[in-house]
Amino acid sequence: MDENKKNIFVSSAPHIRTGESVRTMMWTVVLALVPSTGYSIYLFGINPVIIIASSIAAAAAAEAVYQLIMKKPVSITDGSAVLAGFLVALNVPPESPVWMPVIGSFFAIIIVKQLFGGLGFNIFNPALSARAFLMASWPMHMTTKWHKFMGLNVISPELENRFDLPPAVFDAITQATPLTVLKEAPKILQEYNIDLNRIYDVVFSGDMLKALFIGNRGGCIGEISAMLLLLGGVFLLARKVITWHIPVSCIFTVGIFAYIYYSILGYPDPAMGSIFHVLTGGLILGAFFMATDPVTSPVSGKGMIIFGAGCGALIFIIRVWGGFPEGVCYGILLMNAVTPLIDRYTKPKVFGKKSSTKEKKG
Amino acid sequence: MEIKVLFTILLTTILINNYVLSQILGLCPFLGVSKKLDSAIGMGLAVIFVMTLASFITFIIYKYVLIPFNIEYLRTITFILVIAALVQLVEMMIEKFSPALYNALGIFLPLITTNCAVLGVAVLNINSGFVTADLGILKSVVQGFGGGVGFTLALLLMAGIRERLELAPIHKNLIGLPITFITAGLMALAFLGFSGMKI
Repeated sequence: MDENKKNIFVSSAPHIRTGESVRTMMWTVVLALVPSTGYSIYLFGINPVIIIASSIAAAAAAEAVYQLIMKKPVSITDGSAVLAGFLVALNVPPESPVWMPVIGSFFAIIIVKQLFGGLGFNIFNPALSARAFLMASWPMHMTTKWHKFMGLNVISPELENRFDLPPAVFDAITQATPLTVLKEAPKILQEYNIDLNRIYDVVFSGDMLKALFIGNRGGCIGEISAMLLLLGGVFLLARKVITWHIPVSCIFTVGIFAYIYYSILGYPDPAMGSIFHVLTGGLILGAFFMATDPVTSPVSGKGMIIFGAGCGALIFIIRVWGGFPEGVCYGILLMNAVTPLIDRYTKPKVFGKKSSTKEKKG
Repeated sequence: MEIKVLFTILLTTILINNYVLSQILGLCPFLGVSKKLDSAIGMGLAVIFVMTLASFITFIIYKYVLIPFNIEYLRTITFILVIAALVQLVEMMIEKFSPALYNALGIFLPLITTNCAVLGVAVLNINSGFVTADLGILKSVVQGFGGGVGFTLALLLMAGIRERLELAPIHKNLIGLPITFITAGLMALAFLGFSGMKI
């Protein structure tokens, strides 16, 4: 990378120089993820530390070994492999076996990134592809290894049973993460002959939303505290590592879709539903830290907004109608596949040319 | 109600049971014609056209010829023959009547006459139990159309990606088909998100 840069270094009158490089960008993203990860470690104990460390080590080792075998310059200090390994670890449940994120990191670095030519040429986001791969390979590990706070409760230690539900029902409901509740609860409530709409009162309650915002809940390692993730996202925006287009359009689309959906269902307070959908699951992590990967997202602002809105729509569709409780990973991966087409059709008009897509033909 | 069923069939064949990425059918045109976006569009339109037509014709042949004569076991060979003959006929007609349309999709028609995805649509229409269902013929045609649209979707995405891969410093042993297969695998992984969807 550095040698290439020397070759294209054409200088004339004083330019503003910046220290910004791939390296600073990657480490800034890692830094922005530190607060929320620290909180997860505080909440879940030592297990996430082991998972994160081994995942990062596996990613760096995979990159180094591949580059040594291929006789390319080893580039693990640029932080991209470290970030990929870190994100893989953030995408697995806290009690998952250590070998799982390690295999995921190998997959992310070698298959998804290096085979396509290394940094800057991968079509799909490495960490998310690894998550989809782990999800397809070990679905039980990926969906049941949640941290148990007290008894079997994974939602929130402080969320008390104030909803007049029988204790057995409340316990059954709180064994799942919030998004799984939406899918599983109808079955549980049916067993106890309780009105299905009662579940919305529980998951959309103020207590629940507060727990989700602060992070008193179970889930994957990286998606716990919406508040600290937003803090990291704002930090990235302030450092100009990412632009507002993708996160804002993605989160906004999910919120709007949820509002419309719960209005149609006749839920009295659809706004709570849309806040729930924004805060829960990996949406904020995905929208700020993974959808914004400059390699796998469109270049122009218009393209980014289309990309973000597409992610949001697919995420909501998969969450509500899909077979999986969470759709963030698949939504972003699907839009990664569409990115080349978006780039092609949102090319800015070249000055003096009539149509920018026409001249590319032939 | 029927409209909803048809809509469900359409979405299911496009996204959930995508012929290329979930059922792994029709890989030869998927890999062969996805190098350039322009030819991918032409190919996609040709596949939509042929699949819709083939669903219609094979349904009629099966219900009104094969079943009355108790020769359902000749299904595969009949379908191949009928589809191939039909597509060739249509190609000749398009060439005479509409040279512009022929230039757009005529050259792709011979490529897919005996394609497994087209045969797959015809066979799956029968296996889905449409023969005895109400409005079975409409459902078959919708399923054929949806299969074609799903194929086109996958083909367009792949063509966009492959145009980008042209510029990537991929290892020389992986250039061309190998990296395309890996990409197709990753795309199928992404399409897993639609699996198990209930509409």
